[in-house]
Amino acid sequence: MTSSAATVGGHFTYFVTVFLMIAGLYILIARGNLIKKLVGLGIFQTSAYLLYLAPGKLVGGTAPILAAGFTVYSNPLPHVLILTAIVVGVATLALGLALVVRIREAYDCIEEDEILASDAATGGRDEPPPTR
Amino acid sequence: MSLAAHLPALQVVVPLLAAPLTVLLRRRDLAFGVALVASWAALAAAVALWLQVESGGTVSYPIGNWPPPWGIEYRVDRLTAFVLVLVAGVAALVLPYSRASIEAEVPPQQHYLFYTMFLLCLAGLLGITITGDAFNVFVFLEISSLATYVLIALGRDRRALVASYQYLIMGTIGATFFVIGVGLLYLMTGTLNLADMGRRLADVHGTRPVLAALAFVTVGISLKLALFPLHQWLPDAYTHAPSAVSAFLAATATKVAVYVLVRFYFSVFGHSQVFGRLPTQEVMLLLALAGMFVASAIAILQTDLKRLFAYSSVAQIGYIVLGLSFDTTSGLTATIVHLFNHGITKGAVFLLLGGVALVMGGTSLARIQGLGRRMPLTSFGIVLCGLSLIGVPGTAGFVGKWYLILAALEQGQWWLVFMIVASSLLAVAYVWRFVEAAYFREPRQDTAGGPPVPWSMVVPAALLVVATVYFGIDSSLTAGAAARAAADLLGGLR
Repeated sequence: MTSSAATVGGHFTYFVTVFLMIAGLYILIARGNLIKKLVGLGIFQTSAYLLYLAPGKLVGGTAPILAAGFTVYSNPLPHVLILTAIVVGVATLALGLALVVRIREAYDCIEEDEILASDAATGGRDEPPPTR
Repeated sequence: MSLAAHLPALQVVVPLLAAPLTVLLRRRDLAFGVALVASWAALAAAVALWLQVESGGTVSYPIGNWPPPWGIEYRVDRLTAFVLVLVAGVAALVLPYSRASIEAEVPPQQHYLFYTMFLLCLAGLLGITITGDAFNVFVFLEISSLATYVLIALGRDRRALVASYQYLIMGTIGATFFVIGVGLLYLMTGTLNLADMGRRLADVHGTRPVLAALAFVTVGISLKLALFPLHQWLPDAYTHAPSAVSAFLAATATKVAVYVLVRFYFSVFGHSQVFGRLPTQEVMLLLALAGMFVASAIAILQTDLKRLFAYSSVAQIGYIVLGLSFDTTSGLTATIVHLFNHGITKGAVFLLLGGVALVMGGTSLARIQGLGRRMPLTSFGIVLCGLSLIGVPGTAGFVGKWYLILAALEQGQWWLVFMIVASSLLAVAYVWRFVEAAYFREPRQDTAGGPPVPWSMVVPAALLVVATVYFGIDSSLTAGAAARAAADLLGGLR
């Protein structure tokens, strides 16, 4: 009992990571609203950030700067990597939102099923391209 | 150091820096000039690197002189150089083509941005290939992907926007899966350098996080390379993107993803880990076969040529992955050579279809009736490429399938030979759909009088068609390079 409690405690960040991962993926699959999908994508990506960041931190560790009195350092590399990944995530989200704006202009809706229905209604593939 | 010593860095830096330059210049002619120079410089660098590697062995370039594994390393071995030449070569051909092609398909005020995105996509693809650092692969993957989403959204149909959005969602899931896998590997090994990671993984062989990392990397990259059934984004993206973009993506993007998978399987995890601990072989074999049959069958039912050939791409990815799943030198040779040959074949098809779209006003089978009379040379070119997709001897597509059959026979798997031939028959059926519409139907009146295809579009397409035939007749260059690269991958590490 105590050992399993210790496992849960020791793996706490992993549980949070996996929960966010699954929650994000679930939103992506279950929601048809294009904005909500992007929210799910953001949560999913954030779980990956946590996967990198949490193990880099040592309890009692400091930033790796040589100074008297400090001997335990946290690993700075994951922070640098995730800084890059956050930038990538922001760019992805910005582009995704921009696309949603354009989709709304072209279709007048941001629900996946309505968009598909709208495309199905315009029918044949031999139609001249609609003007936007 | 001389210029030649810095080639690995220049390979990526030149297109990467040319991209913002095109934004600053704004004038589309200037932007086109810059993009053309940058893409040809990238091709020159790729060819020079290839010659360097073939004569002198693996090239390692420490970025900023920080020695690996602490610094980021660019590492060029035979396989890298081979893929670099494919990507840069296709880019150098598609770029001059795109000038006239986007004239008809993209609003003029967006032309300079097209070149920006094209260069970023090129830089990303080259970066994925050349880098020896796992996290760098992710960053370049996202650079190329983000540029790709924009390029697809430039399509004139509003469905291009939805295709781009779907690809963005799927692509980002794939990239995040990949980065989760890399994160687990980093936790277990404490390094991000691919070669170093490969060495250190031997100590933690078969542990659960490593196997989980293998699964995450496999699924993430399989999304990117459109392995059946993760291919849903591909047909829409290729169909609605501008013609030049379809050609560039079909020839390079999925191929670079295959390269990443091969790199992780054989250089990082090592094939004993990949195929020994998990039923990777069975899964990949099954998905490859399913892709070959299902995607080919769906291709037969299509009414639009771009979509038809997009599904054909999914099927051809099946052959490429099938070779990989054998875990033998001849299987890997088949993968590498088919990766190249399918790249040039599909590039040629989509370049030709761009010309068709320009003249006939679309690429649906109903619209291109009588194409054989309207555009005899273009039709002939598409038929040649179709023969290559089927795998008729004398075309590039045959070489890859030949090695694939050899690899299957080597393992005594006769039924696989039968499957490969049977799925090729499905390819005959979908190529026949084109032949029937182009040669056995009367031309429609409303498609008469389209503008002639400009030379800048004819020459690149013709060059790729000629390459498709040339590499089918004389396969010593491609198959030789592929065989040496495969031997390196399987011999060099564990």
